[in-house]
Amino acid sequence: MTTLSTFDKALLNLLQSDIPICSHPFAEMANRLGTDENTVINRLRELKAAGYLRRIGTFFDSNRLGYRGTLIALKVEPSEINSVAEAVNRYPGATHNYEREGLYNLWFTLLTPDAECESNILAEIRALRGVEDMLKLKANKKYKINVQFKLQ
Amino acid sequence: MEILSDRDKNIIKVLQEDFPLCEEPYKILAERVGISEEEFLRRVRELVDEKKIRKMGAVLRHREVGFKANALCAWNVSPDKLDDVAQTMSSNAAVSHCYDRTPAPNWNYNLYTMIHAKTRDECEKIIGELSQSTGVTDYKILYTKKEWKKTGMKYFCEQA
Repeated sequence: MTTLSTFDKALLNLLQSDIPICSHPFAEMANRLGTDENTVINRLRELKAAGYLRRIGTFFDSNRLGYRGTLIALKVEPSEINSVAEAVNRYPGATHNYEREGLYNLWFTLLTPDAECESNILAEIRALRGVEDMLKLKANKKYKINVQFKLQ
Repeated sequence: MEILSDRDKNIIKVLQEDFPLCEEPYKILAERVGISEEEFLRRVRELVDEKKIRKMGAVLRHREVGFKANALCAWNVSPDKLDDVAQTMSSNAAVSHCYDRTPAPNWNYNLYTMIHAKTRDECEKIIGELSQSTGVTDYKILYTKKEWKKTGMKYFCEQA
């Protein structure tokens, strides 16, 4: 993997927080970084190809789009964890799915348009072989969502 | 909550796709919706003002940029202190997410933070500091063993 130069770090720090909403956003970023539009675009393509960027684009507030978010913890029999994790992955609303250390060993977030849709999906998952218990932890207030890694 | 128009849903759908890395990315997205770039940009700015869009930007692959220890930490906070504790934890730069959640039977943890650090030791040090500064002593550190999925949501595609 390519090593990040000082310029790359400045570029990624800027990109994480703010893509300008205007006709030539990368020209505006280039302006702030003291370079030109093509340099920014080409380097971002390379960094993306090298796997540094998980996602570039728009991040929405799911609640304000009318979706509900719940964190689900499953206690899964260890021998069944792969098949349960793969079954959970198949739901488009399951956006984050992690195996974790502890009694509850599979944790995922589920976004759905309404409570009925959520309870249908959770009933299907609860019935999967190897699922011994399920915790439903509905999100109330989101105090912080800010996935930024300041590169130095 | 107001209902989003079909035009808005179409704008949101194209914004969820990979952002084009080219000179005029919004023009390309506007063409996919079938509206002018000007109208598209105006509506995107409004969606930001309405806080439906949290940010236009990027998320890095944190493991690749050196943050290898990542833990979900679940805290049992007394309800009267929840707001204060959540604000204190949110102000720590190592905390990326901080949500208050309704607990479950036999599971009293009501505040959830994601913590990112370079090593497990550093992660535990941060959690120790959060515990000290807030006085919350009942917590569970849930280290990531394996990432099975991490994607953005595709909104308004249920019937697609």
